[in-house]
Amino acid sequence: MLNRQELTDIIREFEPEAVFSEGTKLLEVIVPAEKLVALAEKLKSDKRTAFNYLLNHTAVDFLTHFTVVYHLESTDYRHLIVLKSLISDRENPKVDSLSALYPAAEYFEREVFDLFGIWFNNHPNMKRFFLEDDYGFPLRKDFRDEVNIIER
Amino acid sequence: MSEEIIKDVIVGENEDYIINMGPQHPSTHGVLRFEVCLKGETVKYLIPHIGYIHRGIEKMCEANTYPQIIHLTDRMDYLSAHINNEAVCLLVEDAMQVEVPERVKYIRTILDELNRIASHQLWWCAFGMDLGALTSFFYGLRDREHILDIFEESFGSRLLHSFVMPGGLMHDVHPNFQKRIKEFIKYFRKKLPEYDQLLTGNVIFQNRTKGIGYMSKETAIGYGITGPSGRGSNYSCDIRKIAPYSAYDKVQFNEILETGCDTFARYKVRMAEMWESLSILEQLVDNIPEGDFTAKMKPIIKLPAGEYFQRVETARGELAVYVVSDGNKSPYRMKFRTPNFSNLFVMNEITAGHKIADLIAISGSLDLVIPDIDR
Repeated sequence: MLNRQELTDIIREFEPEAVFSEGTKLLEVIVPAEKLVALAEKLKSDKRTAFNYLLNHTAVDFLTHFTVVYHLESTDYRHLIVLKSLISDRENPKVDSLSALYPAAEYFEREVFDLFGIWFNNHPNMKRFFLEDDYGFPLRKDFRDEVNIIER
Repeated sequence: MSEEIIKDVIVGENEDYIINMGPQHPSTHGVLRFEVCLKGETVKYLIPHIGYIHRGIEKMCEANTYPQIIHLTDRMDYLSAHINNEAVCLLVEDAMQVEVPERVKYIRTILDELNRIASHQLWWCAFGMDLGALTSFFYGLRDREHILDIFEESFGSRLLHSFVMPGGLMHDVHPNFQKRIKEFIKYFRKKLPEYDQLLTGNVIFQNRTKGIGYMSKETAIGYGITGPSGRGSNYSCDIRKIAPYSAYDKVQFNEILETGCDTFARYKVRMAEMWESLSILEQLVDNIPEGDFTAKMKPIIKLPAGEYFQRVETARGELAVYVVSDGNKSPYRMKFRTPNFSNLFVMNEITAGHKIADLIAISGSLDLVIPDIDR
């Protein structure tokens, strides 16, 4: 198991543009959206890190931008990092898919697409999961549903 | 008519046959639809369609306070209701840096394990019934009733008790609590071998499960399979060992691993886990420390701005809760990484090439709870 400093050094070596959040319990890495897949690929294939398990993937709407969040873990060493990327385009948010690296990502990403409307490039089956095609994106903060949600 | 056309059109030998299994199929134990492509009796591929009971729990969380959210979480995986409650409580306590009394930790761990046994019992009886062994259903429900009675006596409800609150418990347990658990352990230690006599050694049962639904360790890790389904593929994924919470660091227990990778291996993991849970209960039940049943909490719970992450081991795998807080009394964003959501999507990979009757056995061995998938 690598400690926080060792992981920071390795990730900085892989991706010099990575930004590390201060004061968080888990190691948080913020990378530009177009560098996400390349970094994840290195993190997965490198023997020192071996992040082979995508624990969780989700998105957060901050009204000014979206953040896509990936929790990656290594099943051999059991170290855990949070990989993040900001998407500033709210009209047409797009990010590359990790489904080629992690089969689990295919379904997490479909859920994020369904609820946030973030499009994942190179995804094999980017269709709505729970909702109909013309429904809005309910987990966006500016989503309004006058019929079913009562504002308090 | 040429022989080719007769084969193609009339007999349908070269045609795929698509059949919808569900949403009301009894063996899915909920509303889930599999779009199964068949070639004769053999499954070619399978597409799960979900969302029939999606309630938008994550969206509801954004409008509710943390004590209210507790009551939403047990509606996800209703068979490990207590463990789901505990995940949110642990997250809130961790964020507010509240140290809960030892008594609370012990009681929570006991409830976790009782819940796990009750869940595995229900899985066992339903799994037997899926494969055509109706007696197992009566055996399992008979023994589960004893656990539900313990729950009812202490918390007033049998299935969704919402007994755990941030900071501790809603109230203290009933004076009979320890006595009844000891009675249950004694009772169930006698009854558990009956389960093996009825199903495990049965030739028909073994033929239906051995070598069916092969899931390699790499597949399990790639798809994020956790819990007994993952451990049946020799994948060590027990959060109770990896990141111990509550009183799991104070008890001795083994992580059950099987190398069979098939339906029978997943079955054996759950059977062994029931024995292991009984041994955890035995270690804890006599040593519950005296003390308060709750820590001192502020009347209105507000998490400091930031991000929080908590993982627990439910009866079906790893439940992770991810919260983004902006300092208000309700979360800005709450995400539940539920075990069944990930466990479901390996179905296509492991059923391809098997007969349609094996599909029932495989989906039974993954122990899917549909509200946990849909949330």
